[in-house]
Amino acid sequence: MSIEVSGINKKYGDFVALEDINVSLPTGQLTALLGPSGGGKSTLLRIIAGLDTADSGSVEIEGVNATKLPPQKRNVGFVFQHYAVFKHMTVAKNVAFGLEIRKRPKAEVKAKVAELLELVHLSQFAHRLPSQLSGGQRRRLALARALAVEPSVLLLDEPFGALDAKVRKELRDWLRRLHDEVHVTTVFVTHDQEEAMEVADEIVVINNGRIEQIGTPDQLYDEPANDFVMGFLGDVTRLGNVRLRPHDIELALSPAVTPGTPPAFAGVIERTLRLGFELRLTVDVEGQGETTQVVLSRTHARALDLGVGTKVWLRPATGAISVPVLGVASA
Amino acid sequence: MTEVLVKPAGPARTSSRPSGLFRLTPASGIGLGIALVWFSVLVLLPLAAVVGAAAAGGWGAFWNTLTDAQTFAALRLTVIEAGLVTVVNGILGTVVAWVLVRDQFFGKRILDVVIDIPFALPTIVAGLVLLSLYGPESPVGINIVNTRQGIFLALLFVTLPFVVRTVQPVLIELDADVEEAAASLGASRFTTFRRIILPSLVPAITAGSSLGFARAISEFGSLVLISGNTPYQTEVASLKILKFIEGDNQAGAAAVAVLLLLVAIVTIVILDVVSRRVARRG
Amino acid sequence: MADTSTIRNRKGPVTYVMRFGVIGYLAILVVWPLYEVTARTFAPLERGAEGGFGAFLERLQDPSVTYAFQLTATCAFWAVLINTVFGVGISLLLVRYQFPGRRILSVLVDLPMSVSPVVVGLALVLAYSSGQGWFGEALESAGIFIIGTTPGLIMATAFVSLPLVVREIVPVLEEIGIDAELAASSLGANGWQTFRRITLPSIKWAVVYGVVLSMARSLGEFGAVKIVSPGAEFRGETATILIQNRYTNYEEPTAYAAAFVLVLASVLALVVVSLIRKPEDHK
Repeated sequence: MSIEVSGINKKYGDFVALEDINVSLPTGQLTALLGPSGGGKSTLLRIIAGLDTADSGSVEIEGVNATKLPPQKRNVGFVFQHYAVFKHMTVAKNVAFGLEIRKRPKAEVKAKVAELLELVHLSQFAHRLPSQLSGGQRRRLALARALAVEPSVLLLDEPFGALDAKVRKELRDWLRRLHDEVHVTTVFVTHDQEEAMEVADEIVVINNGRIEQIGTPDQLYDEPANDFVMGFLGDVTRLGNVRLRPHDIELALSPAVTPGTPPAFAGVIERTLRLGFELRLTVDVEGQGETTQVVLSRTHARALDLGVGTKVWLRPATGAISVPVLGVASA
Repeated sequence: MTEVLVKPAGPARTSSRPSGLFRLTPASGIGLGIALVWFSVLVLLPLAAVVGAAAAGGWGAFWNTLTDAQTFAALRLTVIEAGLVTVVNGILGTVVAWVLVRDQFFGKRILDVVIDIPFALPTIVAGLVLLSLYGPESPVGINIVNTRQGIFLALLFVTLPFVVRTVQPVLIELDADVEEAAASLGASRFTTFRRIILPSLVPAITAGSSLGFARAISEFGSLVLISGNTPYQTEVASLKILKFIEGDNQAGAAAVAVLLLLVAIVTIVILDVVSRRVARRG
Repeated sequence: MADTSTIRNRKGPVTYVMRFGVIGYLAILVVWPLYEVTARTFAPLERGAEGGFGAFLERLQDPSVTYAFQLTATCAFWAVLINTVFGVGISLLLVRYQFPGRRILSVLVDLPMSVSPVVVGLALVLAYSSGQGWFGEALESAGIFIIGTTPGLIMATAFVSLPLVVREIVPVLEEIGIDAELAASSLGANGWQTFRRITLPSIKWAVVYGVVLSMARSLGEFGAVKIVSPGAEFRGETATILIQNRYTNYEEPTAYAAAFVLVLASVLALVVVSLIRKPEDHK
């Protein structure tokens, strides 16, 4: 195991930031800490880096108990949410900083800096000041600087935040490829489920200072441990007494009962919304307090000739994942 | 709570933003006219008269006045003392600002107010305040009257706030994450200070020091009671001007005054350059 | 303002050395001398004589002392009044209007703060004294005397405190921008109405702040008035000149008493200034 976190508790005054956190992250894995803002995931990342200290519990990095180690001695690379670049140093000097601190020979520093700038595609900007770079470039600079010291773990705080959609997307693909190339144990914090699902090998869902679930993206999506995880990782709607994904609902124009299938719920289409290739329907189900969302492909919808006012019958599709409405406490 | 009486680098200067400005209307035109006339009568014409009086005798006379042994000694003393004070302020001022921003202890708010006192006090009162402890009837047995140490102390007193008050806001604004980044890259606290924090403070220290230097060069009030005014020993530039005026040597007074004016202008230019460079770095 | 960063809050021996070093430095340089001056102000004149507050008041009631404070107050009043009107006007012009030389003017307005007070006095003498000034003769023939009279003192005081109001207003004007003013004029307000109902309320605190600073500076001005004033008892002797004269004439108790009044005035200004700053910062 590369990172072993056990029994971490952290309070700020009366506010409980983290409560009994236990995670182990295997070497070389790309992990996402996912959860809503203020849920404690950044605090956990900072505790791993030694930038914050936990009230109790321990952190082990590469088999060494790091709980009491200052950040200088942990050999972690940390990429800050707002870059934290050294404004008065050139791009190359920024990257060289950690190596110079470690008193590496000049030639080695030079070679390593060149290699890293190549890796993050900033070679031609080596002699610029950070103020002359764009947001995405600064982020890559911060990443190169953190990687320069060959950290045993790389920690990234909201690495895709505060960038425009296109740059986010590029950076995301690029981080995935970079990780495949460098293969350093990486943990990143995000509040965006799509990002986590797309980039991470494993996701740790954190909410209100507690871990809700740990698993691969598929596990979390297909086998959510509770209402919160299900709701956080995709759209959820209600049908009868269960919550399920809108695309897991079968729609028919007649109540025809096939043996072995659950009974259908009758309802009337209240609203339709076309989004690219799919059609979202809002259905007013008889005897149900709230409406139900249904997603189908446009071709399917056209075949059924659906419109506002059409009477339809809904039932959960075979193999649909659902959680009971009144079971687990809702988020 | 910071930045109470001393404003850092030329805040009255407007940004050279071209848009959003109105053209002059007749009313505002008249206003501008009146303002300019008053400004000329009060500031520009008198200052021009100083330059005129210094230039009246030609370059030779100007040069002779300044190189006269006694005048030169006064100028040299002024520059040396101001320079020493500036160096001490550059270092101690930064330390004071650091403690006021980064340390937490009981009574810190009081210290913060104490910093402003030297600037708020009338200069003659500042001199008197120092004399009450370090004067002829000193309870601690130190008499600084008519000594160079006295001049040094008085200048240190009146220039105390400059570096502190220019460095303080910059220190407050520094982001914690930059220091955390340095730490997680392995830098010790001292290295972080030397290589990360200090470079960000240099513009503010420069600005504060040049303000302090200009003030020290031209200081008058606090020195009147302390310096004793002995030629070659404790006579500084501003007191030399006074002596010239009292001796009815307007040209001599003007020559030294022009030199002080020059220092003032150079200071303003330095501040302008520094603040522009900082703005560019962003 | 508590810093939450663990890195910053770590305290070592250096922290304590610096803390006590700074406290000691400020104590020796500022606090102790200030205490000493206060002690002397209320000390008995000689062994066995009456000290305390009564003696302090008595020293201040000397006619020449009251004259000096009245003169200082008069000069400060007029200088501040002029500077306020000028300051508000020039700030508006510098920030809101476009005219050739605007940038140079904005730099020049700051100049008086950096000029040595002695040079200020000399400059006024060289321009306006009836003996040697450029305009001395013309003014004399018109029956106007500036140097050696109260108008000269007012000019000297106004010169040194000129930029204080401007410095406060300009940043505020730049920050608030012109949107509200444009909106007002589009709603039919004329220039004066816009100024009085939109601009003035938003620069109100900056003006007050500038006035307090100018007032403090004007009350304590010494160098410039020293040069333009005859500086004799009942003849152009301002409070600060009085302090110098009495101290050098071995009338130290009176000097300390007058100085203490000025110390109180500056401390009062400091307090007012920090009180004004607070509501403004909370916005």
